[in-house]
Amino acid sequence: MQRRNLIKAFTLTASIAAMGMTWTVQAAETIKVGILHSLSGTMAISETSLKDMALMTIDEINAKGGVNGKQLEAVVVDPASNWPLFAEKGRQLLTQDKVDVVFGCWTSVSRKSVLPVFEELNGLLFYPVQYEGEEMSPNVFYTGAAPNQQAIPAVEYLMSEDGGAAKRYFLLGTDYVYPRTTNKILRAFLISKGVAEKDIEEVYTPFGHSDYQTIVANIKKFSAGGKTAVISTVNGDSNVPFYKELANQGLEATDVPVVAFSVGEEELRGIDTKPLVGHLAAWNYFQSVENPVNTEFVAKWKAYAKAKNLPGADKAVTNDPMEATYVGINMWAQAVEKAGTTEVDKVREALYGQTFAAPSGYTLTMDKTNHHLHKPVMIGEIQEDGQFSVVWETSSPVRAQPWSPFIEGNDKKPDYAVKSN
Amino acid sequence: MPTVVTRILLSLLLLLSLAAHAGDAQDFVTANPAKQASLLERWSAAPDAARLPLLEALQQGRVAADSAKTAFIETAGNYQAAEGEAQPLDTPKKLRLNNRLRGLIATAVASHQLLVDDPVLRLAAAQQLQKSAKPAQLQLLNAQVASETDDAVRDALTLALANLQLVDSDLAVRLAAVRLLGETGDPLARTRLETLLDPAVESDPTVRTAAETSLAQVKRKLLIGELLGQAFSGLSLGSILLLAALGLAITFGLLGVINMAHGEMLMLGAYSTYMVQVLFQRFAPEALALYPLVALPVAFFVTAAIGMALERTVIRHLYGRPLETLLATWGISLILIQLVRVIFGAQNVEVANPYWLSGGIQVLPNLVLPYNRIVIIGFALFVVVLTWLLLNKTRLGLNVRAVTQNRNMAACCGVPTGRVDMLAFGLGSGIAGLGGVALSQIGNVGPDLGQSYIIDSFLVVVLGGVGQLAGSVMAAFGLGIANKILEPQIGAVLGKILILALIILFIQKRPQGLFALKGRVID
Amino acid sequence: MTMPMNQTLLARASAKLGPQASMAIGLLVLAVLLAMPLLHLLPADNALHVSAYSLTLVGKILCYCIVALALDLVWGYAGLLSLGHGLFFALGGYAMGMYLMREAAGDGLPAFMSFLAWTELPWYWYGTSNFLWALCLVVLAPGLLALVFGFFAFRSRIKGVYFSIMTQALTFAGMLLFFRNETGFGGNNGFTNFRTILGFDITSAHTRAVLFLATVVLLVASLYLGWRLARSKFGRVLTALRDAENRLMFCGYDPRGYKLFIWVLSAVLCGLAGALYVPQVGIINPSEMSPTNSIEAAVWVALGGRGTLIGPLLGAGLVNGMKSWFTVAFPEYWLFALGFLFIVVTLFLPKGVIGLLRRKSS
Repeated sequence: MQRRNLIKAFTLTASIAAMGMTWTVQAAETIKVGILHSLSGTMAISETSLKDMALMTIDEINAKGGVNGKQLEAVVVDPASNWPLFAEKGRQLLTQDKVDVVFGCWTSVSRKSVLPVFEELNGLLFYPVQYEGEEMSPNVFYTGAAPNQQAIPAVEYLMSEDGGAAKRYFLLGTDYVYPRTTNKILRAFLISKGVAEKDIEEVYTPFGHSDYQTIVANIKKFSAGGKTAVISTVNGDSNVPFYKELANQGLEATDVPVVAFSVGEEELRGIDTKPLVGHLAAWNYFQSVENPVNTEFVAKWKAYAKAKNLPGADKAVTNDPMEATYVGINMWAQAVEKAGTTEVDKVREALYGQTFAAPSGYTLTMDKTNHHLHKPVMIGEIQEDGQFSVVWETSSPVRAQPWSPFIEGNDKKPDYAVKSN
Repeated sequence: MPTVVTRILLSLLLLLSLAAHAGDAQDFVTANPAKQASLLERWSAAPDAARLPLLEALQQGRVAADSAKTAFIETAGNYQAAEGEAQPLDTPKKLRLNNRLRGLIATAVASHQLLVDDPVLRLAAAQQLQKSAKPAQLQLLNAQVASETDDAVRDALTLALANLQLVDSDLAVRLAAVRLLGETGDPLARTRLETLLDPAVESDPTVRTAAETSLAQVKRKLLIGELLGQAFSGLSLGSILLLAALGLAITFGLLGVINMAHGEMLMLGAYSTYMVQVLFQRFAPEALALYPLVALPVAFFVTAAIGMALERTVIRHLYGRPLETLLATWGISLILIQLVRVIFGAQNVEVANPYWLSGGIQVLPNLVLPYNRIVIIGFALFVVVLTWLLLNKTRLGLNVRAVTQNRNMAACCGVPTGRVDMLAFGLGSGIAGLGGVALSQIGNVGPDLGQSYIIDSFLVVVLGGVGQLAGSVMAAFGLGIANKILEPQIGAVLGKILILALIILFIQKRPQGLFALKGRVID
Repeated sequence: MTMPMNQTLLARASAKLGPQASMAIGLLVLAVLLAMPLLHLLPADNALHVSAYSLTLVGKILCYCIVALALDLVWGYAGLLSLGHGLFFALGGYAMGMYLMREAAGDGLPAFMSFLAWTELPWYWYGTSNFLWALCLVVLAPGLLALVFGFFAFRSRIKGVYFSIMTQALTFAGMLLFFRNETGFGGNNGFTNFRTILGFDITSAHTRAVLFLATVVLLVASLYLGWRLARSKFGRVLTALRDAENRLMFCGYDPRGYKLFIWVLSAVLCGLAGALYVPQVGIINPSEMSPTNSIEAAVWVALGGRGTLIGPLLGAGLVNGMKSWFTVAFPEYWLFALGFLFIVVTLFLPKGVIGLLRRKSS
């Protein structure tokens, strides 16, 4: 009896020791990956799902054996929608936690806040959201769309016969840099296409604006002057009151289609979409695109949401920035495999020209010089079930123009990444 | 003109002979979008009563095709061949339409509905054609005006016809059309008339003068609509501010608690609405439309209960230390926001307007009053009256007023101050919950909902005069209307800044708000 | 869990040793703060090296401490709760930011302006490339705004919550104004990507150390100023003003001048803190003016203990330290901890953390 206990105790200690040893071995052999998305504050609404998507992708890579034989270890921090905190957390991830790469940021200001830190410490950031361009840092890879990969094709579609051949354009946005820049580019583009100044109206609302009565009334008035389309860069949270007002004032997509650049599947979850059928959004990916990669991607995400018991898991959806996150992490992993190291300079070289079969159904390529992905552009129509049906798409991925040719002085900017200081 | 008609007829014949084997549905399903558009245009010009079911099915998105491109129409999950007796080879796929086709379908449906017996449908069809009739439909409309028996429908059709007759070759016809358009208040008529002022478009001076007179008439009518619209949106914004602030007028105004968690009570009210909606969807989908009515008491009691619990556990200890309530309620607000985020997720949840709160009533051609806003204005007034009655006509109200005016004296007179505090705080929170139900019908429901209303709420209460119900009402409507007058002039952003500046200036003039308590109390 | 431990240790230590010990602890803290920038200059592999991360983090918190102290001067001593001090802080920051942007842009326009296709600087940017003028702006912008607002507010005798809500409206209006691209301050992106200050590389260890030292000096100076004020007759009038303004008036004092002076002084201190904050964190943006930031500052003061000089510093340090730690340790649940902390402190520590320490020591 005693002896048996002794043996038991011995095996137990041995196994614990073994476990401890394997654990220490593993801990030494991981590659640390930082995730810098707001989990509280105003941006949590958009960024939380990107954090979960990043964790899912990391799990998936680990399940396949990791990168270079090492497991990935995610370090999640919460910059709390506070821009100086982004810089602080970025520095912490790079210097204290010593991560090899960071996936994060949503707003441009958060990216601008961490950018000097990444350039100073030669870190590597993957930025997964569509933005206004005007930036190209050697320490950032942009996996979201530049304006020419989203806004301009959308307007071209609206001009086409199928898109309703709009003659007048109502540019509506929240008053901040992304809408302002996009509208500036679009205005120059529209004028180059022969649209008169009087047929373009530009209107901005403050952050968190929730009363769209006057604006919808103005859209109605404006649209009496000829076939009108609304181009909306309204910020996430203000979209619900905007669309509700639109529907209730009887403005339908057949009369005045609204094409939005910040409304995706995730945002539509909070809206009753029945009155919105026919309104449009332009992205580089929709959950509804049909191809084997996407079917698997969506199924994996739904299973992950259920397994991790994420809030609202029964209605989990994928969207464009989530796909961009997924593509970014996978491309980085491929580049690390290719370079054989996580050293930033070597990984950067390896990333140029890297390809990945993305859920959008296209094989995306990281450009050889400009740090942006070549992406297909799709126009989707809102459906009753909160999904989009693709009504138009480019025949092949489009190369990004972060320095838009429609902005003065950009023709002198180099088409490769240079440090800003 | 006749040559055009014969050409159309000829091409029609040609097409018919080419596609003799197939029916309309089959033609449509196999065509590409451009061809579908031309088919629809042709159908609108020459309606055929037998085609109506197909067009209606198209409009409702029920037309589908199987892999062999055979057309089917879906009814309650079953697919029936649109023409003939074919069975689907596999599950047919719904036809994809774009906005251009949807617009053409609406026109086609309207021109087909001109042929139905029901005058109501015919009237709606005629009104649709006023917006979208194409020159190819001129003949059809002429014929319909001549044969129409119902006066209202004929008038509507005449107007639709007049839009097309503006470019008629006959001067008298043009002149009559221009004069007729002057009698409408339609924003589209304005644009149409404006183009006629150009001598390059309209060569005849008499028509141009007539167009000018008509244009002035139309503009006057449009102006009336616009002004009414502005007044309404001001009232509507005011009612929303009022509902957001009313609960605060009690918890802050009467009890003196700087209640930073007030916004979260609004949010909890909105989430209660969401929960009620979800329960209805699950257990009583047939009565779904009634969910906002059920949500009202639910939201009231949920938030009132939470409010009372907070009062008993935290705020009770802080009476007489108003600025410290700021700190504690700020903490409560952080916890409630994060709690909701953990339970429901950081994303917004969907709260749909039931049918009776969707859409709007067309008062004038350029003025639609959304039902949800009308209901909210009424609801806000109802809540104000209810609160006033509660505070001024009930025993509880008497006690609340006594306690807030002089706590010690009230306690001496036997008022159970603790209980009264609890009930008053519960009442304030409950009313905030009611406000949350209303807010859920116009905006988004997410964890940050309260944060976007808290500043406005405090401004309303302070501007009105702390402790003054009437002041809050005046302040809310005043701010709403001022905002809506400024917004069209200088834009939403500057408008908001200017309003804030005006409030600051106003408070210099009346440091105790609109309705200051008159008294000689001094510290 | 290290924080409460430290507190109790601190409390116990001061209980044992009395006021002299508190003085000693204060000096020790000061010595550590002064040593930090010097240790930062050591090579990175040295065991005593203080990383740039720690230095900027502590530097940031020290700036917040100054804000808390400034707010305490008006709230704790004069009884005026401002929910708009973030505005003054941000104005000082923007003034410094303008200089840094000009420095980074060289002879050209700041990047965001050339992007807006502006060909010349707006009038309020003139002279901002001069460091001294920028320093003047750091003082003048918040100071003048506070002077004008305070003059009218105190003349109309706006008090209590009315005053608080008006300051909140002021900072909210400021935020909306600065969010606009046309205002000429970079819209919501604000100013980032600074390069040099007075020709020195802003990311170099020496610049960081100097900025940090300047912050410590400003903090000590404002502490001294606060201490002198609190001891003077002026300070006693202020306290009387807070407790019974009418009685003070009956005694023949005109409270307006007193209020205005302390109000403007507090705003200027905030501006200076903002000016030191911006080069250390590397960004200034209108969200610094958001009303929640100003409420948070009030929370620091209340948490630490208002009406004392050390309390606000403790409060700002504690809340921000916890924030930095919690956001990494439990990213999803840190708000619960923070919220509970606020409630617990108000319920059980009515005089703030400093009250607890004093009770323990007495």
